[in-house]
Amino acid sequence: MQDNVILKVSNLKTYFDVTKGLFAPKQIVKAVDGVSFDVKEGETFGLVGESGCGKSTLGRTIVKLYDPIEGSIEFEGKDIANLKGKELKTFRKNMQMIFQDPYASLNPRMTVGEIIMEPMIIHEIYKTAAEREARTVELLEIVGLKPDHIRRYPSEFSGGQRQRIGIARALAVDPKFIVCDEPISALDVSIQAQVINLLENIQKKMNLSYLFIAHDLSMVRHISDRIGVMYLGHMMEIGPANDVFYRPLHPYTIALLSAIPISDPDIAKARNRIILEGEIPSPINPPAGCPFASRCSKATERCFKAMPQPIQVGDRLITCFLYEK
Amino acid sequence: MPLLQVENLTTSFTTPQGKVQAVRDVSFELNEGEVLGIVGESGSGKSQMMYTIMGLLADNGVIESGKITFDGEDISQLSFPDKKSYDTKMLDIRGNKMAMIFQDPMTFLNPVLKIETQLVEPLLNHTNMTRVQARERALELMRLVGIPSPEKRIKQYPFEFSGGMRQRIIIAIALTCNPKLIIADEPTTALDVTIQAQVLELIDTLRKETNTAVIMITHDLGVVAKLCDRVAIMYGGKMVEIGTDKEIFYNPKHPYTKGLLNCIARTSEDEVEQSLQPIPGSPPDLLNPPKGCPFVDRCDKAMRVCKEYMPDAASFSETHRSRCWLDDARAKGDR
Repeated sequence: MQDNVILKVSNLKTYFDVTKGLFAPKQIVKAVDGVSFDVKEGETFGLVGESGCGKSTLGRTIVKLYDPIEGSIEFEGKDIANLKGKELKTFRKNMQMIFQDPYASLNPRMTVGEIIMEPMIIHEIYKTAAEREARTVELLEIVGLKPDHIRRYPSEFSGGQRQRIGIARALAVDPKFIVCDEPISALDVSIQAQVINLLENIQKKMNLSYLFIAHDLSMVRHISDRIGVMYLGHMMEIGPANDVFYRPLHPYTIALLSAIPISDPDIAKARNRIILEGEIPSPINPPAGCPFASRCSKATERCFKAMPQPIQVGDRLITCFLYEK
Repeated sequence: MPLLQVENLTTSFTTPQGKVQAVRDVSFELNEGEVLGIVGESGSGKSQMMYTIMGLLADNGVIESGKITFDGEDISQLSFPDKKSYDTKMLDIRGNKMAMIFQDPMTFLNPVLKIETQLVEPLLNHTNMTRVQARERALELMRLVGIPSPEKRIKQYPFEFSGGMRQRIIIAIALTCNPKLIIADEPTTALDVTIQAQVLELIDTLRKETNTAVIMITHDLGVVAKLCDRVAIMYGGKMVEIGTDKEIFYNPKHPYTKGLLNCIARTSEDEVEQSLQPIPGSPPDLLNPPKGCPFVDRCDKAMRVCKEYMPDAASFSETHRSRCWLDDARAKGDR
């Protein structure tokens, strides 16, 4: 792995105004509330967290589907906030996305060929239709589909095959970075492994960087080099995948990991889980202080008042007062 | 005598495209107080098998053959003279001796009825309790499933509850009449892991306290490992393997079970990081099921006989059975 940072996110904040009515009190959803991390070239950065923690919003902000209200996203050294015209188009070409739902993310009225060729046409990558078609056939083979699938419609394919079409579409413009937003959570176990292996193989071949968003922690550990754990808009812990998974430091990561079901009856039945009481607080006007404080067994008075800053512990970043020196 | 015994159950659906054989020749039994996990991919027939047992088949579904014995009574629709007498019988059993927990806590509860109405309904239907007594029991159940301040919460509507809390209400509804059997159809799939852990813990505690048998339908092997005494693996409408949790996880016999266990990212650091070993291909189309073993097209050990005939069940212990020609002496030398 090289150490060139391809994506650098600093203090990113994405809020949504959900105020109902003209005179109602202002209601702001702080979906992403001051997140910083970077992704290196050829690296897979796994992003985990429970629903509503802001991981998908973060992914979408990075591909510039949402505009942040604060903070910066640098892609290959350039701030993407003010990209326009040609530069924006280049950015879009280099940054692709694979979506969660393979049933909703493919246009049912387009053939597989049309779906995969559309980004090539938009970005004017190939001059002739013949070149585009040749590349499409190649891409279909890369993702494990057959060349004659090119004239078929998405409805003729299973979930796993559709996800392969989505991957081929993302690869069509030779991107450098792919945001994978829960690409396997809609698939069956035996198909999940196929898609994960495919993603790993094309990463090696094309030196891609991934931001891999998921809530299945064991799959994330498997595919990621580093993992970031999010909770209610904040990044709680960042570190190398195995370290975070086997030696979690942040109280939330510890609780989250102890909640994962382990596929081994002896271990699973003997294990004492840290059962978290309560549920995630609403991200609408969230509490001051650490968002996890209300469920944390180690919370002190201070946690309810102030939000800790990320603290460097070895090669990890922990957002918790416990690790303050 | 087992609490539930299913023998050679076959269920099919008539669709515009033809007949779909969702459940094909499935047999198993369940004892009192036992937790059986049923694992399978989507379309493997695991949910339809449970709907057949509960008498909740869609109008286009029929039981073609087989016998279902529950609590000493034959409750297969085939053994009733007409639909009406069957429905009357099942109305008496469902919600009373047998209850179900559904997958999606968001759609199961009636959004326009208060929690109280939904909790007391089975009690008023199945017992002689007065409304006041039923309300007391409902409050007791809400406490049992861990809902804070039940007196206040019982007057609320489902939208005022979060996903995890709704699933607790659904569990409370299932428990109202002290059923002997609870069928849980992917009860935690729609929930986050920390909430899933709470709900699984709750199911585990409750079944120990009440000695209720549970059938847990899931595709998450981790959930099975945590909760189940025995595990059944379904594929293409057939039950290909059944055994205790240890037999299935540590000594799987059927190639599909082995493949399934190889697909999951193992959660132990000492093991050398390997790429996952997926099962190639995709599950069979049950509109046109293969003549022999449903797994034959994806199996790397398939023999000629596998294409033509479904193997019988081979026993490895009193509890462990698998249906594969590899374990059948008659198929030796077929490769």
